[in-house]
Amino acid sequence: MITREKTAEAAIAMEYVRVENVSRRGFLQGLLSASAFVLCVTQSPLLAKAARNGTPTSAVIPTVEGSTFHPGVYLGIQSDGTVIIVAHRTEMGNGVRTSLPRIVADELDADWSRVKVIQGDGDEKYGSQDTDGSHSVREFFEPLREAGATARLMLIRAAAQQWGVPESQCVADPVHVVSDKSSNRKLGYGELAALAAKLPIPKKEDLHFKSPQEWRYIGKPAPGYDVTDVCAGKPLFGMDVRVDGMLYAAIAHPPVLGGKVKSVDDASTLKVKGVKKTIPIDPFTPPHAFQPLGGVAVIADNTWSAFKGREQLKVQWDNGPNAAYTSADYKKQLQETARKPGKAVYTAGDPDAEFAKGGKIIEAEYFAPHLAHASMEPPVATADVRGDKVTVWSPTQNPVGVREEVAKALGLKKEDVTCHVTFLGGGFGRKSKPDYAVEAAVLSKKTGKPVKVVWSREDDIRFDYFHSVAAMYLKAAVDANGKPTAWLQRSVFPPIGSTFDKTAVYSGAGEMSLGWNVIPFDVTNFRSENGPAEAHVRIGWLRSVANIYHAFAVQSFANELAVSANRDPYDYLLMLLGEGRKIEAQQSPDTNAKYPYDTARLRNVAQLAADRANWGKKKGGNGWGMGIAVHRSFLTYVATVVEVEVDGSGAVKIPNVYTAVDAGIVANPDMVRSQFEGAAVFGTSAARGEITATNGVIDQSNFHDYPMARMNDAPMHVDVQIVQSLAPPAGVGEPGVPPFVPALCNAIYAATGKRIRELPITRNGFS
Amino acid sequence: MIHLKVNGSAHTFEGDPEMPLLWYLRDMLGLTGTKFGCGMALCGTCTVLENGKAIRSCSNPMSKMEGVSITTIEGISERGPHPVQKAWAEMNVPQCGYCQPGQIMQAVSLLSEKHHPTDADIDEGMAGNICRCGTYQRIRAAIKEAAKETA
Repeated sequence: MITREKTAEAAIAMEYVRVENVSRRGFLQGLLSASAFVLCVTQSPLLAKAARNGTPTSAVIPTVEGSTFHPGVYLGIQSDGTVIIVAHRTEMGNGVRTSLPRIVADELDADWSRVKVIQGDGDEKYGSQDTDGSHSVREFFEPLREAGATARLMLIRAAAQQWGVPESQCVADPVHVVSDKSSNRKLGYGELAALAAKLPIPKKEDLHFKSPQEWRYIGKPAPGYDVTDVCAGKPLFGMDVRVDGMLYAAIAHPPVLGGKVKSVDDASTLKVKGVKKTIPIDPFTPPHAFQPLGGVAVIADNTWSAFKGREQLKVQWDNGPNAAYTSADYKKQLQETARKPGKAVYTAGDPDAEFAKGGKIIEAEYFAPHLAHASMEPPVATADVRGDKVTVWSPTQNPVGVREEVAKALGLKKEDVTCHVTFLGGGFGRKSKPDYAVEAAVLSKKTGKPVKVVWSREDDIRFDYFHSVAAMYLKAAVDANGKPTAWLQRSVFPPIGSTFDKTAVYSGAGEMSLGWNVIPFDVTNFRSENGPAEAHVRIGWLRSVANIYHAFAVQSFANELAVSANRDPYDYLLMLLGEGRKIEAQQSPDTNAKYPYDTARLRNVAQLAADRANWGKKKGGNGWGMGIAVHRSFLTYVATVVEVEVDGSGAVKIPNVYTAVDAGIVANPDMVRSQFEGAAVFGTSAARGEITATNGVIDQSNFHDYPMARMNDAPMHVDVQIVQSLAPPAGVGEPGVPPFVPALCNAIYAATGKRIRELPITRNGFS
Repeated sequence: MIHLKVNGSAHTFEGDPEMPLLWYLRDMLGLTGTKFGCGMALCGTCTVLENGKAIRSCSNPMSKMEGVSITTIEGISERGPHPVQKAWAEMNVPQCGYCQPGQIMQAVSLLSEKHHPTDADIDEGMAGNICRCGTYQRIRAAIKEAAKETA
């Protein structure tokens, strides 16, 4: 497995790695080490609940290893028939606490009402827990089915042994029982657990996997496992963790990246009721990676006092070289770079020769600003350092990363750090970076008490790992029918690699794979390029990452070409896609074998979305219009049609969005639907938001100047069609976002005749 | 000393009168169902009921709480799920769930004033509550569903 620190390329090219590492090996290691399961140590019942995402009403938190029968790390069966299934990946609205356990339960033929889901701690035995890149189901579909099928076979064998009949005579039918086909005998899973536990783990080739027709949960809509508790405010989010004797911390971070404390006057702070002390936190050693930013922590006995004390703090900062960063000037630099030849990423045919022939050439430049994650729960973490052992409770997408980073910061071994994963109040990629958990651990060590670090909304917006700003240049030569004969696209942005290597200015392969190195269009002569850009803020991945700006440029440009050819944009898009075919996708061979890039699937979703939208029935103009965009990301094919109404003041209403999705097999269609409903709202915010900086300081701070889509300005209705498919499962958390913004901008063009080449739309007279 | 009721129980508060109600509920009473989102009454995540009407607990100091009766998410479900909570579950509204206690409290307040809210009423009533996961469509449907039962 690739570790985060190496390069951003590694971090983001996980898409490749994970698909290849669908590891039987890792899974089996887990199976074999099940008996050597390490119990997590918790200090109080409240903590145990927090640790396992139990609710305050549950008295005892069960464990897999405490179960009578536990043929692996993912499930255990108790003698009363309760099936315990571990959700080893992070729940942040993605629905994994429902979708993943239901895959296990399906192959186990378990009764879902008798399943208890518990949250896994950060532990390599589960395989990857990095909950990003839309790959939870994609990577674990097979291993989890294997876990369920293994347990089912062992239960069948236990029953056969008990009855003294051939194994072939026993079936797991109807549910949660094994039946003897030759008689009416039945034994419940709970009754069989003790005997099954004595049997050897079967070989994979002995397992029987259900056919899709036999699936009882996979592909069937189901409510969230936690929905009732969530609606009662019961689940423990990171923000809700409370530990006996815990102190609260708010941190004054350097306002400019790389800044250091020159002097501190904490006299007024220490007068605030509830404030205990202030503690300096060391600045990071470049590259910043996941290290804390440094600054001054205010320690108090409640959150409010820590916040209030921080307001009273007078800190003189040495801002360092990034104080020269002003985003308005930087934007011009990026745009200039995008006009010059860059590094070729992928070339097909000979675009230069084609351009040299003359004829009609169309060029356009696009720009998209930095964005912030702004999950509703700001970063927060609680840590308790006791000697050389650390316990961390964190809302994190990356619990093993928490252990690694905390260990590194405190000079301990990863094995000394336990990470309990709480519910996440949104993540979107921000909570893959454990800097805030390291802060809590550093402060716990310095105070000798458990410490909870709480970031305010202002901290969250100003000190984010920002989604990259990007400038893009596109150029096409078109024939008499308006069809491109050559296509050049160049993208320039500060890369995620800069977070791990301060000299990185070019994109890694990862970001280029996110909607840039190839396009699905039938264009013989093509080249994608990347130009250099230095980072002056922390750059990170945000839901669908570089796909957002890349899809904006490519799908807007396709629309511009349609307009130039005087063609209907949807018809033109189908012409661009050409006949359905497998294209050279610049994927790893394994990914290509399992997930070939098939433009027929993209055509299909485009047709489904356009049909549902009644595309072409009404002519755009006079403030009404529809726009369409297609994009494949995280191996999923998506088409989106956005309908807008724009009034005389430029206010944009979005009455309808029509999305069609081909993600292969889907575990839970209702959750998929909600991910795509949410992606349209996320896309609306992305189209309206921007993060800017003046003298190295982020200009925005809270929802008044970094607005989010709300009930009254979000899409009113999002229609989601899911293609019925038995292709291998692909991603669903992110792929809905990229086509939304260009479809919206194309709709605004149809409604008003105004082309948006620079985001946010508010920079173009729209709101 | 400030006297108030929280979910029907009497409490007294002697701390910093500037402390927002939110942090009293969360850090002092351990009622963590009410969430922190922005601290500036911009997102509605911290919404509770004051004498039955929605307020933002992050921006209402304890000094204003003398004699009031506060209801939090924990208080509306003491005798089984509230019709709004039932509708929320029925529509499978939550994604991450963090903002949903605030959304639910806001919806309870809205429905107490408008028994059959129109889309415009829902827009107006709910626009102060941000959901970053984007569950608005289901929230709207759930409010209409709850209206059937509460009417």
